[in-house]
Amino acid sequence: MEIVFDIRDLSSWFGDHQILKKIRMQIAKNSVTSVMGPSGCGKSTFIRCLNRMHDMTPGFRTEGEILLDGVNVYSERIDPVYLRRRVGMVFQQPNPFPRMSVFENVAVGLRLNGRNMSKADIAEVVERSLTMAALWNEVKDHLSQPGMSLSGGQQQRLCIARALAVAPEVLLMDEPCSALDPMSTAKIEELIEDLSEKYTIAVVTHNMQQAARISDNVAFFLMGELIEMDKSGKIFTNPSDKRTEQYITGRFG
Amino acid sequence: MATRSGRNPKDLAFEKASAFFAFVVLFLAALLFAVLLRESLPALRKFGARFLVSGTWDPVADQFGALPFIYGTLVSSFLAILIAVPLSVGAAIFIDEFAPPWLKKPVSFLAELLAAIPSVIYGLWGIFILVPVLRDYLMKPVTKYLGWIPLFKGPAYGPSVLAAGVLLSIMIVPFILSVSREVLATVPQRQKEAVLSLGGTRWEMLRIVIGQHCIPGIFGATVLGLGRALGETMAVTMVIGNRPEIFLSVFQQGYSMAAVIANEFNEAGGIQLSSLILIGLLLFLVTFVVNLAAKWILSKMVAHASRGI
Repeated sequence: MEIVFDIRDLSSWFGDHQILKKIRMQIAKNSVTSVMGPSGCGKSTFIRCLNRMHDMTPGFRTEGEILLDGVNVYSERIDPVYLRRRVGMVFQQPNPFPRMSVFENVAVGLRLNGRNMSKADIAEVVERSLTMAALWNEVKDHLSQPGMSLSGGQQQRLCIARALAVAPEVLLMDEPCSALDPMSTAKIEELIEDLSEKYTIAVVTHNMQQAARISDNVAFFLMGELIEMDKSGKIFTNPSDKRTEQYITGRFG
Repeated sequence: MATRSGRNPKDLAFEKASAFFAFVVLFLAALLFAVLLRESLPALRKFGARFLVSGTWDPVADQFGALPFIYGTLVSSFLAILIAVPLSVGAAIFIDEFAPPWLKKPVSFLAELLAAIPSVIYGLWGIFILVPVLRDYLMKPVTKYLGWIPLFKGPAYGPSVLAAGVLLSIMIVPFILSVSREVLATVPQRQKEAVLSLGGTRWEMLRIVIGQHCIPGIFGATVLGLGRALGETMAVTMVIGNRPEIFLSVFQQGYSMAAVIANEFNEAGGIQLSSLILIGLLLFLVTFVVNLAAKWILSKMVAHASRGI
């Protein structure tokens, strides 16, 4: 199996406060990896290291390595701007741009970094991205309406389309369904499964059922440590660590 | 009211007293307006709407029109906005996004200190430094090579509408800067992250979130700065040239509404005094409306931001 991210002894701190403790794990290509654990276990902090989203946070630092195709993403050779083109992200709260239309919201990434694409090419990418995000049929007649006029679930799929438009290899999703109703959640979960054919996906979730439904591999985090990582079936039926068992049987968290 | 459970009589007295003081402020504003209106009535009756469009200011013939002053006030304020807005917004972005922590405090403190300098000091600085510098290094070369453009027609004396505009722009920077910083602070973090996550640079992030969130607020800050610029008296009086005529060229002398009141009030009487007060009334109304508009835009902006997009 091809490895996309090889994380070696990743520790991180906000100031003096250590969040992650020597995380070692691998994320396989074209798979869905869930990072699961109770609130405050460091799962969001972890996933946001993968595209260096903490760069703007004063006092944040890391130790260890995150190898993306063999190169540490925190090394000097890596420009975070290009890293984030390869490693896209979807956030907890749908965050479309309030003054942009549905179309513009998807096209916005294509106009960054002085990329000069023709209008026809942009329109094509927008349609393809919206189709992949399972939103095209719902919005194709309302492309010029504000992105904010969509429902919460549609907005989140719009954000997924926006992330897909810049053609990343990896898609990070930080609790993408926690602000959504069950119907919208089901749609996004279905979408994640479809997308994993073409993309490598890492999802943060505190919802075990969701982790069980969507993932190939599950990593269980607790207090900044990776307790165990395994095939989804194994973790939920026969976990190796007692703490994992306690968590999935609802003893805490 | 005194029966409200557990009310201390001293509290009640304090409440009444503070309500009284608040009322006094309102009353004074109303009184100010009433007196301005009463005293300007003779001029209003004599000249009517002509007062607004007439360019004559002739105390000997008792003919008065406010157009040169209105023109000077508007043009110098407009120039001030033109210079101050990019400067302030740029400084706000620098302070909040790029400045290293040790530089943030001193820069913002000094910029806000600009607001505390008395305007007569600005005026003196304008006379002795700004006006000669502008005349020798900007106006003279520009009139020499671009003098054929009506806007830059010479001769360059120094005191001018341009000098007033530049001086005003420095004076209103602190106001636009502090409001712009507040406006920038209303941008939700997740909007910035959205741009970054798409592979945007920091500059692209700012460009997009400012376009998405800050334009109404920056517009409000601009209108607020405009309100300050319109009413500024002393500094403008000292550098604008005090010549009640209308020139298209910003290098020529002009006059402003506030300046003519300050200069002529002492020696004026009769219809001239009434005309000056009418100018005061106009200025009062214009700044009132402009400030009200700024407050309204900014409050809408804050309501918009607190809905938390």
